Amino acid sequence: MPDLHGFGGQLALGLWMTVRLALSALGIGLVLGLAGAAAMSAPVAPLRWVARAYTTIIRGIPELLVVLLIYFGASVALMAIARPFGYTDYIELSPFIAGSVALGLTFGGYASEVFRGAFQAVPPGQSEAAQALGMGRAAIFFRIVLPQGWRLALPGLGNLFLVLMKDTALVSVIGLEELMRKAQFAVGATKEPFTFYLAAAVIYLGLTIVSMGTLAWLERRANRGMPGVRAS
Amino acid sequence: MNVDVMIGALPKLLEGAWLTLQLLFISGFFGLLLAVPLAIARASPHAAIKALPYAYIFFFRGTPLLVQLFLVYYGLSQFAVVRESPILWPILREPYWCAIITFALHTAAYIAEILRGAIQAVPPGEIEAARALGMRRSTTMGRIILPRAARIALPAYGNELILMLKGSALASTITLLDLTGMARTIIARNYMPLETFLMAGLIYMAITFVLVRGLRFIEHRVNAHMRPRPTGPAKATEEAPAGLMPPS
Repeated sequence: MPDLHGFGGQLALGLWMTVRLALSALGIGLVLGLAGAAAMSAPVAPLRWVARAYTTIIRGIPELLVVLLIYFGASVALMAIARPFGYTDYIELSPFIAGSVALGLTFGGYASEVFRGAFQAVPPGQSEAAQALGMGRAAIFFRIVLPQGWRLALPGLGNLFLVLMKDTALVSVIGLEELMRKAQFAVGATKEPFTFYLAAAVIYLGLTIVSMGTLAWLERRANRGMPGVRAS
Repeated sequence: MNVDVMIGALPKLLEGAWLTLQLLFISGFFGLLLAVPLAIARASPHAAIKALPYAYIFFFRGTPLLVQLFLVYYGLSQFAVVRESPILWPILREPYWCAIITFALHTAAYIAEILRGAIQAVPPGEIEAARALGMRRSTTMGRIILPRAARIALPAYGNELILMLKGSALASTITLLDLTGMARTIIARNYMPLETFLMAGLIYMAITFVLVRGLRFIEHRVNAHMRPRPTGPAKATEEAPAGLMPPS
């Protein structure tokens, strides 16, 4: 075990922040993903265009650029919106919110494709049967399509979450004191970059392993009662 | 939104895009070279042979690229051996080479995993046929398995190339003026983050578009033998355009 010069506690605080950031970005991303998937198969053409543009843009530009764009760009945009209402003070987004939104946007862009594929794979007879029973559109979605599509979406969402967790390191660039930033502070004080970046790497590796275990458990749970489906 | 700012930033941003492309292709080339032996070892049935590539792939896929980049650029200088080496230090001192080394190591892990899947997806009958013809293991690998696996892996490799293009934006965190880094320097001067970052985003999207098109073309070419032959008698297909021509 290498000597952390008493920075272990700081790294633990950073880890806690990383986990919070990943989970709040996951929440935003899941909502955006569901909305994106719904919009992509919406009967209204402009809604489909918006969803298509969203996924195309988010998949075409780097995550780091999204983080920077949201952090620096959003405050400019918010100030421009607030000015006509007589609010002229400087508006700054907290790095945590900017980071959650940026990573959530990225996750949502990919997740909407995953959800769309999963919902399309639910046999149409299922929703037709629900319709025949007199269920409304919302009830059909939440009671019939979502529970069955969830099982199919889970592996894809799991991969996206593993990517999201590694992308949280990017938020250190805008100054959020998560794991990577704490490691940078420790490096500044001790002049031992290799030790602390390796420690950070090992902690990220641990996070990956824990997430993979959780995802495998979730998949086993989602596949309960599905004969012939072997959860890996 | 100020369009003039976006256009004014364009020449500098294109300069940055050139560096981004250099990082992408040079690291992609070395990554590919490293990935082939890794994938072959990883696909081996012997536990002792596949353990090392497995650990390598697990580390590089399980940790953020930013951490890897910092480990190479800042981390290695912690060791006096590196700092005093006349060969290593001139290379590891340069952010340019550090970025290329890190990206190559990183992408190699992902490509190796893709290639391993492809190697294992080569139909066993083809390998058996090669053995039946008396080919040695190395010949079978070089002439049958790898060419076949390369074709199977191509679509997934295309995705990896796009991911690396986006990953290369991290070079800006170690002072390199790639597309993202250039955008950040421009913003430090013009205070127009929205316009400048959006313009950079547009250039990234344009590069992605060209890469996707190029890969689709290559895929089309290497799978020429898989395409259905033009149906119907050859004579008819030759005559059809002629019949549509006005008599000269």
